[in-house]
Amino acid sequence: MIEGFTALYIFMLSAFTGYEVISRVPVILHTPLMSGSNFVHGIVLVGAMVAMGHASTTLELAIGFIGVALAAGNAVGGFVVTERMLEMFKSDKGKG
Amino acid sequence: MDILIQISYFAAAILFILGLRRMSSPLTARTGIHWAGAGMLVATLITFFWPGMENYLLMTAAIFVGGVAAWWTGQKVSMTDMPQMIALYNGMGGGAAGAIAAVELLRGEFHSGIFLTLAVLGALIGSISFSGSLIAFAKLQGLIRKPLRFPLQHALNLLIFALAVGYGGMLVVTGDTSGINLLIFFGLALGIGILKTLPIGGADMPVVISLYNALTGLAVAFEGFVLNNAAMIIAGTVVGSAGTLLTQLMARAMNRSIGNVLFGSFGGEQGVEESVEGAMKPIDVTDASIMMAYAERVIIIPGYGMAVAQAQHKIKELMDVLLARGIDVKFAIHPVAGRMPGHMNVLLAEADVPYDRLYDLDEINADFGRTDVALVIGANDVVNPMARSNPDSPIYGMPILNADQARNVIVIKRGQGKGFSGVENALFFADNTRMLYGDGQAMSGELISAIKQL
Repeated sequence: MIEGFTALYIFMLSAFTGYEVISRVPVILHTPLMSGSNFVHGIVLVGAMVAMGHASTTLELAIGFIGVALAAGNAVGGFVVTERMLEMFKSDKGKG
Repeated sequence: MDILIQISYFAAAILFILGLRRMSSPLTARTGIHWAGAGMLVATLITFFWPGMENYLLMTAAIFVGGVAAWWTGQKVSMTDMPQMIALYNGMGGGAAGAIAAVELLRGEFHSGIFLTLAVLGALIGSISFSGSLIAFAKLQGLIRKPLRFPLQHALNLLIFALAVGYGGMLVVTGDTSGINLLIFFGLALGIGILKTLPIGGADMPVVISLYNALTGLAVAFEGFVLNNAAMIIAGTVVGSAGTLLTQLMARAMNRSIGNVLFGSFGGEQGVEESVEGAMKPIDVTDASIMMAYAERVIIIPGYGMAVAQAQHKIKELMDVLLARGIDVKFAIHPVAGRMPGHMNVLLAEADVPYDRLYDLDEINADFGRTDVALVIGANDVVNPMARSNPDSPIYGMPILNADQARNVIVIKRGQGKGFSGVENALFFADNTRMLYGDGQAMSGELISAIKQL
């Protein structure tokens, strides 16, 4: 169980990590990076699965179903478009 | 099993961070997304073993439905349409965070008020990101054509926002999260996203898309706390802060604050009509081709118009023709050219323009003075010298590409209309500027054949 201040510490350290990881990115990678981070929050899928797995009423199940489908779309779509974009970046020297 | 789940989530979090890290250099970027993808796969598969879960069949069906739809659309979408697809996938993530919150709130089994508060906050942010991203998608897709603005709009938005926050607060205090209360709360939250995004114009989209991306990340992190899921907390927070930074970069490139993008109705109000001295001087393809063919240095400045005209492949061909004549060709990319951060880079990469020919604002601005021809295709406000010279101009202070300092400027443009901001572009009236009227793709094609014949 992650509680109280431990949760706060995780939150703070993750926030700094995100900031540092992105802070010196060349402009040419802004799109793939945004799209890549868009993919990473597709991790919401695991939460949606857990929520749906614990659903007991039909309403909860229906909302859970929508959540899982949306989350899977986020993860898969985010991956496919990021991968497609990064595939294209080539340089004059050292192709590929 | 529990320890195995924790180890897998831990590994996934590391893979996400390393993956994003690798995506910050063009050389390692491709492997970066694969690392992050591996993390996602591990985390998803292990979640099937989460203790006490049911509904596996429907769950698998849901993953299948969402995954296949996204895979199919993601493969099919053209590079020009990339901004709206990213907005759409991002909105789906926000919606999923909202759905998690809805299920948890309906179950109503919270250990403490803090978790309830976080669930409600995540629901609010996730829902705003969901409906806002869908509107952004509809706008970019051309389903909604004009920014919708009406009197007292900001007052109304503020009122709804206050209502949603107040209602959320009431949910937390009373703990009564039954159906009808949730319905009202989610309705208000979704309404904010819609109303907030409707008045925002196309040129502000890079800021908006990037902001909603950050918001979804934050919503995911909040729901991660609720579900006691470390992978969601870490991944969501990393995206939230990275997205916030990117949003700030975008806003700064337009010399505006994030608040100004959200609350200002740029270009919508009738400002003082500025008049520009002189007239636009047209040029025909033959003269333009001669000007370019005998230049030593050429800088090409693409803008959203290039995306609309799908002209990137012709532009690449034009580059090849010029390079074959021994001319130095560079591309100048403004940070907010297009409809998402780095939009032009993606389109030019699609057309096989090597990325080391693309230059940032800071890298290239000094070069314009030594350049024979600056070719502007589909860019407008980002090359308007009024941003430097006219303190009354709405775009004053925005960093621009100094195309006007080139010896000659050729502007490929459909007609004589103004840019997104509704401001006259002084560059088009300058003595060294010639206008080449026509569709970007068609005109580039004609330039190529004309230069080849010289």
